[in-house]
Amino acid sequence: MIPTIIFLVTLLLITLGVAAYATYAERKVAAFMQDRIGPDRAGPFGLLQPIADGVKMIMKADFMPASANRWLFFMGPAIAMTTALLTGVVIPWGGTLDLNGTPFSLQIADPDIGILYVFAMVSIGVYGIMLGGWASNNKYALLGAIRAASQMVSYELAMGMSIVALVILTGSLSLNDIVLQQQAGYWNIIYQPLGFLLFLVCAFAECNRAPFDLPECETELVGGYHTEYSSMKLGFYLFAEYVNMFISSAVISTLFFGGYDVPFLQDLGLSQNITVILGTVGFFLKITFFIFFFMWIRWTLPRFRYDQLMNLGWKALIPLSILNVLLTGVGYYLKNGF
Amino acid sequence: MQYLFYLFAAISVLSALLVVGARNPVNSVISLIVCFLSIAGHYILLNAQFLAMVHIIVYTGAIMVLFLFVIMLLNLNKSTEPSKTLLTRIAAVTAGALFLFTLLGALRQGVHIAAAKEFDGNTGLVKSVGQSLFSDFLLPFEVSSVLFLSAMIGAVMLGRKDRSPREDAPARPEPSERRTKKIPA
Repeated sequence: MIPTIIFLVTLLLITLGVAAYATYAERKVAAFMQDRIGPDRAGPFGLLQPIADGVKMIMKADFMPASANRWLFFMGPAIAMTTALLTGVVIPWGGTLDLNGTPFSLQIADPDIGILYVFAMVSIGVYGIMLGGWASNNKYALLGAIRAASQMVSYELAMGMSIVALVILTGSLSLNDIVLQQQAGYWNIIYQPLGFLLFLVCAFAECNRAPFDLPECETELVGGYHTEYSSMKLGFYLFAEYVNMFISSAVISTLFFGGYDVPFLQDLGLSQNITVILGTVGFFLKITFFIFFFMWIRWTLPRFRYDQLMNLGWKALIPLSILNVLLTGVGYYLKNGF
Repeated sequence: MQYLFYLFAAISVLSALLVVGARNPVNSVISLIVCFLSIAGHYILLNAQFLAMVHIIVYTGAIMVLFLFVIMLLNLNKSTEPSKTLLTRIAAVTAGALFLFTLLGALRQGVHIAAAKEFDGNTGLVKSVGQSLFSDFLLPFEVSSVLFLSAMIGAVMLGRKDRSPREDAPARPEPSERRTKKIPA
């Protein structure tokens, strides 16, 4: 019980830390892509910048529009942040450690339906944006909220179908089982290249990241759903985006890139604990790569137009994902029979 | 466990009352979302994890988002609420009271509803749900999926723009003609 609580708190701190430094990394990556220097004033290489930003967010005046719905205005960022953090509990962060003879799994909960739990939290997450945007009582915020809702509902379908194809292959909804299968065989990316591509695009859309950041499209909607937000409430919205990015990267690595599996690590003959810790380090390297990939795309591709977004979701991704399910089913039948 | 049940039951009942009682439609929808989440909690207490998650994904995550979407888009509030006449109110109260009496009358007999299968911890897990869906309940399952398919096709047909040229429709002006057309002040 006590090790689990310690692990839970550590995981929370790591998630927040990664999200905080992702904001720093985003600015450095943007600077690198645009041939600038980026933040370099606070501390060596600007490493204290996230702390300075956090202090700035908290110290700013917290403004609430007079005609806003007070209760929902407060709940918006809270829901966004809570659902973003809740997803981390089902992700297998590593194998099973050996603490003086008692096994300790580096996964807080391994429910039978792990991947569905992730999906459920993602689908609740949209309420944070919708309610916050509506409660602001501002036209731009409302437009941003409505865009967020239609975008998330549209892309959830294709995402769900790409998971269905993966589940046909693995035969299990538990995330730990999916990792163990990849450890024993090959990574799922080899069997599911189309599924991976679909999942990746949908993950970008679900995180509201560029090129799918229409809900906060600043050229049309001022700030989108968070136009009226200030101080730490705004900070929570922005932070939740980075937490979502971290968790999405973790889910992508778990489903398609072997999770905490590092090739040939088992064959080195190291002790169990060192193998597990190296596996976790490998997992975090994969996550870091995908976070970088998120940023890379953001600073490379321009934003979609709204009709392009809907056409891509409904006319390209959903038919492709259904095709992928069909192909996976046929492949499974040819290989294993009924 | 028992305390959790009472907690979820209290939340379910209170939020269900709020759905009916709230004047603002957005508050109604939010109460309904809370009600659905607490019902998912009941499912988890019965170890029906699959049902709980599907319930959250489908009802809370998709259907209620659409409800909220429509209400936000129409921006419904107290002023746009249609006023109900005295007659509708009396009819509604009478119908509700009759339904309540019927329910009370049925429940007073203490009908014991026997479970089709003995409950154990595995009943709600994905494996057992899937096995019973695809063996004992295969026909209803397939029939309901055909129903969903027809609903989907129906929605597409209704939402489709009519592209077929109609005889009685006035001819569309040529693009050049449209561009020069003056906008009436």
